[in-house]
Amino acid sequence: MAAKLTAAIIGSGNIGTDLMYKLERSEVIEPRWMVGIDADSEGMKRAADHGLITMSGGADELLGSSEKPDFIFEATSAYVHREYAPRYQEAGITAVDLTPAAVGPAVVPPANLREHLDAPNTNMITCGGQATIPMVHAVSSVVPVPYAEIVASVASVSAGPGTRANIDEFTRTTSRGVETIGGAQRGKAIIILNPAEPPMIMRDTIFCAIPEDADTDAIAASIHKREKEIQQYVPGYRLLQDPQFDPPSVLNGGHARVSIFVEVEGAGDFLPPYAGNLDIMTAAATKVGEEIAKQKLGASV
Amino acid sequence: MTTAQSDLMANARKYSDTLDIRVTDSSLRDGSHHKRHQFTEDEVRSIVGALDDAGVPVIEVTHGDGLGGSSFNYGFSKTPEQLLIKAAAETAKRAKIAFLMLPGLGTKDDIRAAQDNGGQICRIATHCTEADVSIQHFGLARDLGLETVGFLMMSHSQPPEKLAGQARIMADAGCQCVYVVDSAGALVLEDVSDRVAAVRAELGDDAQVGFHGHENLDIAIANSIHAVRAGAQQVDGSIRRFGAGAGNTPTEAFVGVCDKLGITTGIDFMKIADAAQDVVRPAMPSECLVDRSAMMMGYAGCYSSFLKHAEGHAERYNVSAAEILIEAGNRKLVGGQEDQLIDIALELKKKQDAGIVPPVSRVL
Repeated sequence: MAAKLTAAIIGSGNIGTDLMYKLERSEVIEPRWMVGIDADSEGMKRAADHGLITMSGGADELLGSSEKPDFIFEATSAYVHREYAPRYQEAGITAVDLTPAAVGPAVVPPANLREHLDAPNTNMITCGGQATIPMVHAVSSVVPVPYAEIVASVASVSAGPGTRANIDEFTRTTSRGVETIGGAQRGKAIIILNPAEPPMIMRDTIFCAIPEDADTDAIAASIHKREKEIQQYVPGYRLLQDPQFDPPSVLNGGHARVSIFVEVEGAGDFLPPYAGNLDIMTAAATKVGEEIAKQKLGASV
Repeated sequence: MTTAQSDLMANARKYSDTLDIRVTDSSLRDGSHHKRHQFTEDEVRSIVGALDDAGVPVIEVTHGDGLGGSSFNYGFSKTPEQLLIKAAAETAKRAKIAFLMLPGLGTKDDIRAAQDNGGQICRIATHCTEADVSIQHFGLARDLGLETVGFLMMSHSQPPEKLAGQARIMADAGCQCVYVVDSAGALVLEDVSDRVAAVRAELGDDAQVGFHGHENLDIAIANSIHAVRAGAQQVDGSIRRFGAGAGNTPTEAFVGVCDKLGITTGIDFMKIADAAQDVVRPAMPSECLVDRSAMMMGYAGCYSSFLKHAEGHAERYNVSAAEILIEAGNRKLVGGQEDQLIDIALELKKKQDAGIVPPVSRVL
């Protein structure tokens, strides 16, 4: 059996617990610690049942112990991660950050992960970003994209208090990612919370402005190829329709446009399947951790 | 006022010493949907001038979907909305200029810009179960010294006590008047008064209550009167129904009805009637009508501004606009999910192509 690198999950809530399930399936990372602040919490008990070492003294306890992990996966809050990120780096621990702290570079696996395999800290942007930026990137790798816009619809019950209190952060961070990673000259992000019961599965629409004479077959092929790449780490990611191409019109601001419709169904590891918005974060974090781990393991051979 | 009428007004609350209710005209915001967001500065100046001269106390000006709405998803504005807000503020002599924003689309920076351009009333809208996404924006608006209004959209979808709970969240965040917003034009008479009464009971003197109606089932004025009798102090209209879906409560006819009922609005009926006919109608691409598609929205509980989008997709994919709107209701789409109408149209087309449903004989 090949050697695995070790990981601690910081934060034993829903995200941390779902991440534990995903990392348990990893061939290159072993989740060994669950770090929280309440030993009696549901998540800590569950982690203990799964054989993880639980630490209820927070990141301080982990950093103070003799054996340290190769990775930490941050599933607490931006505030906590900003405080501890420098100490993880000092200790030589690679951090994969699922909070909006944005200490390290923003990473979307199929778009720019290869550029950041050596980064000591990587950030997963937002759920809407993980679900849509790869598609903007798929289009912008074929034609120039002067403007891209994403619309993320998520079930109300899957949007936690952090997202709700900081909804401006979501739109700002995601639109920046659409530009810097997606490759659009200008980006815009919209998020909608839908309270329908049973809860709706996450849906995302990606609109890209494209040149009027663009090779639509090449764009469509790039989108379909990208769907398959994303499915490697998010099996429930799927195109709902073939990409739709529209000529310029007044309503479209004079832009020719491609529209991409996707649904993100979660793997149902711990989070419910409708919460594809949360699943794609834990799945992306796992993918980022694994690719970095493979590089480290490869380099040490 | 007759004795019978004064009994009916027993639960009403005066807006101020001089006005029984305060009317906000929303034609330059909700009418933006009907206009496909193609307002010019000249049109805004002439409509604001006429509304202001008639005594309309508040005029709302923004992209139909609120600040930042100019987009692929909702339609790009011909003129940047901030320029329209500025033009409105420069034109109005008495009226206050209001603007709308939806958290998740607009941002705090947009609110600041709207205030810089002369906007005085910040109206913040959320789906009626998601009021907590507006907390940071109400906080900012109050810090900036703006008057605040909260919109609980799609109010038909929740019972009165649920709305009251959400109204409390907005009021605690700094909202000074919470509107029961009948985005789908689906509420009928007591549906309105029950909701307004519940919100009023919850808010007490902490904030006012308002009502925003649509004409999809042709009863927006009656609904608005029910709202006033249940304690609403602010009411929205759109002159000539210039709004979304079948249009909004027609401001001019509402003023006439209020005159007859002895409800003081401060608006001159003759002047607003002239404005509707001579100034506003020429700026409208067509009248707002209670046609089949618009009526379906009221019946199915579908967000009114979906109408024009559904008609466009129906034409593009040769499917029925009414079917798109009914399916939008079935899927329980909320305001803002215009993108999903394209998915619905494509699904209808697939079924049509597969012979599961008959092709449409005409574009509805």
